[in-house]
Amino acid sequence: MPFSPHMFRIAFMAAVTVIAATLPLKNSRADALVVDLSNHLVAITTGFTGTDVLLFGAVQNEGDIIVTVRGPDQDMVVRRKERTVGIWVNRESATFKNVPTYYASASNRPMDIIANDNVLRDYRIGLEHQRFIAATDITEVDQKAYRDALVRNMQNIGLFNQRPAKISFLSNQLFRTDIHFPANTPTGTYMINVYLIRDGRIASVKTTPLVVSKTGVSAEVYDFAHRYSALYGIIAVIIAVISGWVASVVFRKG
Amino acid sequence: MIKRQLAIVAFAQYVRLNNNNQSNAVSLPKMQIYLPIAEISVNIFLILGLGGGVGFLSGLFGVGGGFLITPLLIFYGIPPAVSVATAANQIVASSVSGVFAHWRRGNVDLKMGLVLLVGGIVGSTVGVWVFAWLRSLGQIDLVISLCYVIFLGIIGGMMLFEASRAIFRTRRKGGGIRRRKKHQHSYIHGLPFKMRFYRSGLYISALLPLVIGFFVGMLTALMGVGGGFVMVPAMIYLLGMPTGVVIGTSLFQIIFVTANVTFLQSIQTQTVDVALATLLLIGGVIGAQFGARFGSRLKAEHLRALLGLLVLSVCLKLLFDLVIEPSELYSIMPGNL
Repeated sequence: MPFSPHMFRIAFMAAVTVIAATLPLKNSRADALVVDLSNHLVAITTGFTGTDVLLFGAVQNEGDIIVTVRGPDQDMVVRRKERTVGIWVNRESATFKNVPTYYASASNRPMDIIANDNVLRDYRIGLEHQRFIAATDITEVDQKAYRDALVRNMQNIGLFNQRPAKISFLSNQLFRTDIHFPANTPTGTYMINVYLIRDGRIASVKTTPLVVSKTGVSAEVYDFAHRYSALYGIIAVIIAVISGWVASVVFRKG
Repeated sequence: MIKRQLAIVAFAQYVRLNNNNQSNAVSLPKMQIYLPIAEISVNIFLILGLGGGVGFLSGLFGVGGGFLITPLLIFYGIPPAVSVATAANQIVASSVSGVFAHWRRGNVDLKMGLVLLVGGIVGSTVGVWVFAWLRSLGQIDLVISLCYVIFLGIIGGMMLFEASRAIFRTRRKGGGIRRRKKHQHSYIHGLPFKMRFYRSGLYISALLPLVIGFFVGMLTALMGVGGGFVMVPAMIYLLGMPTGVVIGTSLFQIIFVTANVTFLQSIQTQTVDVALATLLLIGGVIGAQFGARFGSRLKAEHLRALLGLLVLSVCLKLLFDLVIEPSELYSIMPGNL
């Protein structure tokens, strides 16, 4: 791992000091909000088992902070099993358009205390305010069941967070939180929104992108498999034939 | 042996649960590798051990082991599509390493192998297409499981029945296995397109091996197996081939059919994971050597009875999963209807 927690801490303190020092000069408004990430690129290498990205920032005046992280969108099919002649079989299904492949949020206090529901709904903050609507024509009851199932399944594979993470304030002005990316994190460009909330309303928003991409051997293999799939197939067969042949030669005498 | 196999299954599930919880309770050395196609990270030693364990069993019983490796990979959490396609790739290697010994002893009926192969290529091509179609319907997992339950149930049951009868008979009469009569005449001999297969000493319709090849080829594509466990009994009982050439000929054609599946899955679904296949075959090749040595100490009918039990226990586990109410009734898949 290239970054130890210790190095994070040093980098964090240094960055925060710089931010804190420049803050009054850069923005004299009371809503000033500065945010940065320890890393703007999550590299999925051969040894990737998941990683944490540190988000840190500063506010000029006291306020609450909510962070949302949204991965690239994708259409999702949700299927429901029903017992059919004694076994459980996928029967009904529904398609959801533009479902984020990753969603996480964090706040320094419970979100419903920080901001009122209308605000959270308008800005689509938090999992429960995401507008997942099945494109398939189904009843209201099913709509909710499928939506809940979608969220639950995404949470089970670690791509939606179970509950908002904690943002900690170091003083009234400096804050930090860790964003966790599991081993199965999808690749693409993620959007991180940081909301400064005061008196239940959004006072300021900062958006910062984060790129998750495969690098190294695994990226090249994946790329090759998709771009030159016929050649990949031939190579896969050749590798297998050669290793089978080598095995038979090696163990022939034994 | 059964306990061992169940232990592997239980262990794979245990590790999967722990992986999901991001806990470090597994005492295996932590050496994770990110599989480029499966897009998950797995423990190298666990996959090597899985390949080794299945290799041991395949060396012990003289079977391909595809019917064990595919369900185990799925239990571990590898997507079924990747498991099936990658197992096919791994079987290419294990069949190649097995076929040389048979080839040197002249135990391959090349002509029969080629006829089976023609059927196998067509069957596996159709199978890959059916696989992609079922996947888009969301029914591929079910069909894979059902295929396994049906075939493992039939084969395992027959094996156990036949072996226990043999054990019983040898105990009572001290040997005396019934010889199969050569040149039995049946409806099979009335079929057109007759061909002479010198190595097997047969003069039968080419339609029969073509159909068998087609059917087994389809199973290869759908189940990620070599299909030896269906092919071998079919060759002996349906075609009437002498037992000596059966294994070699079946291995010979399995190489090409699994190679075809590997190639087509690479093109159509991009689900062949070379890294996973390589890990499996390293473990498998080594395990098979130990298994073969260990197997020579056991009696043939005892081996068959054990294999029958093993096959049946995998079948029952899969059946159990289909019948009991799953804890999660809903499943998700990227894509559109």
